[in-house]
Amino acid sequence: MFAPADKAQADETAQSLAIDEGKKLYAVGCASCHGTGGQGTTDGPSLVGVGAAAVDFQVGTGRMPAQQPGAQVPEKPVVYSQAEIDQLAAYIASLGAGPAIPSEEKYGPEGADIAKGGELFRNNCAQCHNFTGKGGALTHGKYAPSLEDVDPKHIYEAMLTGPQNMPSFPDGTMSEQNKKDIIAYLDAVNSDDTVEPGGLSLGGLGPVSEGLFAWVFGLGALIAVAVWVAARTAKAKKS
Amino acid sequence: MSTTANEAPRSRGKAPAGERVADWADGRLGIYSLAKANMRKIFPDHWSFMLGEVCLYSFIIIILTGVYLTLFFHPSMNEVTYHGSYVPLQGQLMSEAYASTLDISFDVRGGLLIRQIHHWAALIFLAGMFVHMMRVFFTGAFRKPREINWLFGFLLFVLGMFTGFTGYSLPDDLLSGTGIRFMEGAILSVPIVGTYISFFLFGGEFPGHDFVARFYSIHILLLPGIMLGLVVGHLILVFYHKHTQFAGPGKTNKNVVGMPLLPVYMAKAGGFFFLVFGVIAAISAIATINPIWAIGPYRPDMVSTGAQPDWYMGFSEGLIRVMPGWEINFWGHTLVLGVFVPLLIFPLVLVAIAVYPFIESWVTGDKREHHILDRPRNAPTRTAFGVAWITWYMVLLIGGGNDLWATHFHLSINAITWFVRIGFFVAPVVAFIVTKRICLGLQRRDKDKVLHGRESGIIKRLPHGEFIEVHEPLSQEQLHTLTAHEQYKPAEIGPEVDENGVRRKVKRTEKLRAKLSKGYYGEDSQIPKPTVEEYKEITSGHGHH
Repeated sequence: MFAPADKAQADETAQSLAIDEGKKLYAVGCASCHGTGGQGTTDGPSLVGVGAAAVDFQVGTGRMPAQQPGAQVPEKPVVYSQAEIDQLAAYIASLGAGPAIPSEEKYGPEGADIAKGGELFRNNCAQCHNFTGKGGALTHGKYAPSLEDVDPKHIYEAMLTGPQNMPSFPDGTMSEQNKKDIIAYLDAVNSDDTVEPGGLSLGGLGPVSEGLFAWVFGLGALIAVAVWVAARTAKAKKS
Repeated sequence: MSTTANEAPRSRGKAPAGERVADWADGRLGIYSLAKANMRKIFPDHWSFMLGEVCLYSFIIIILTGVYLTLFFHPSMNEVTYHGSYVPLQGQLMSEAYASTLDISFDVRGGLLIRQIHHWAALIFLAGMFVHMMRVFFTGAFRKPREINWLFGFLLFVLGMFTGFTGYSLPDDLLSGTGIRFMEGAILSVPIVGTYISFFLFGGEFPGHDFVARFYSIHILLLPGIMLGLVVGHLILVFYHKHTQFAGPGKTNKNVVGMPLLPVYMAKAGGFFFLVFGVIAAISAIATINPIWAIGPYRPDMVSTGAQPDWYMGFSEGLIRVMPGWEINFWGHTLVLGVFVPLLIFPLVLVAIAVYPFIESWVTGDKREHHILDRPRNAPTRTAFGVAWITWYMVLLIGGGNDLWATHFHLSINAITWFVRIGFFVAPVVAFIVTKRICLGLQRRDKDKVLHGRESGIIKRLPHGEFIEVHEPLSQEQLHTLTAHEQYKPAEIGPEVDENGVRRKVKRTEKLRAKLSKGYYGEDSQIPKPTVEEYKEITSGHGHH
């Protein structure tokens, strides 16, 4: 009768140790905006039920702790180590049930359909993030960030939790397989390994950067050539 | 004996092959007199006179590459499943038009390079026309007898815009599909007939199965055919009118100083063609344009951010992006002002610059021929108007790319939209005033240079201790160039009473014209040129000042 209880207690000790450490970190780095118990204040939302995945995304991409209030909290250099992030995540997860940090097989490339991911991306994500995830503007200074070289885990967590201005895509809305497909598509079209068959991609932003390039380098070069040609004219021989 | 024996067969025998070919052709085409009249045609030298050549050559490049693309493009909206070599689209449903464009990009030899040359050349063609048009505008080259050629050029620009737009729409990718949807929305906003026009154009509900094939005919046949005719007309008129030239010693309204067409300009122009081709080909090999594979096939239920038209349509995008979404509802009908008003302003922006030559000639009453170009500073009102128009256009272009300005400069897109809304009305006025002041300042500087010479940078100390800068007098050529321009007097209304003392009726248009003319040539709009007396008085004085 005591033996299973002992075992369960031992598990809880490791878990509660992480929660305790996380609580301490939370009190120093987060509580001023999110409240002493994660209940939220006027400066920051409640964290009850956001889950470990939200913490891993927000702190793991450096967005949290926030530097200053504003339309949107930008990505910054990460402040905490992964171990500390896990402790923070454990503490926040203990406040209420929420999505857990995904395991690697969920966002890995195995069994993903890139073409299907592209279709899903254009249908669900391109409205804000652009055709290949180069980012785009939202209202009043908010924006959808570029997805170039974002850690697949963080993309998965973002879809799962809907950080900041992004809607969330829980598994009921978008299946785990679909998320995997989207991540594989982004890896194919918007990462360091992406092949650009046409040459420089000019930011992948479409006709605005193409037009600027045509004016500055295309017409600019042609005018330079015209000046050069006009300056070299046949001259009458001086006798 | 021997000499006559040698000469006789030559005179009676056959002429050299070249001469015979020329004779044969001349007897049938009359090229001799044509060549005689035109081969020695003189063209003046200035780099800005070559902007039109940039347009002509890029147009030729577009036609050549376009012919190659038609060999592989399928203008069809039949749905197919993709099995080509681009992996991220494998197994996707798409139109044949899109699939064949992917094939051109990945599976046709040289296809992607030709596609990129075609598209880059199109952007450069339009940019070249814009700059060429501005060169003609700011130097007053549109004045009599060249008004019709100005209109030809303007039509080429507008047709170029629409040829470009229809071409951009052909691949049926998600970006161009969004553009077509935008156009359809604009058509639908037209009261009463909008829906009918849309159904007529798309053969029913958008997108239907027809528009790619229809746009294809328009893009490769109708519009380029008209443009080719206009280009030929444009060039014939350039030959007929002879080229304009900047003022300078020996250059008058009755001559053209420069080099002959043959051999100098043929060599130059021929070489320049290959330079233009080279620059465009190099750019096409270096930079991607319209990567339709990354954009994906069009589906009416999808849309992406950052969807813009090519630059020459950007100002219309700006109009629609900054227009408040007003609409009026009455008797079950909706008038979508948010889309319809931009649709009305769109042609006005273009027409504003096209009609300017006629307004200027009406206001100034100037009906003489002009073959000597103005320096922009010497026509301050015209220059100010041109800069105001460009400012207007640029403000709208900013509006068209408001999302990219927002993300790249960390601004609020709403703030940019408001900037454009206010700038649409205010910026041209400010630009007009500022440009006019700058022109007058430059005129004053010219006057100063003529009367007092060029600042030499040499400081001289006079015996009584004063420091002065030594000014060097200008050469005769420079003096001529700086004072060659004509200065006009504002048109007067004329006596309001006739010889019998009867008051005649002064029409309102006459009053307006006199007022505008005063704006053009009144005291506030030009600095009087230095007169010979002024010059003599100053230069005959003892020493400086």
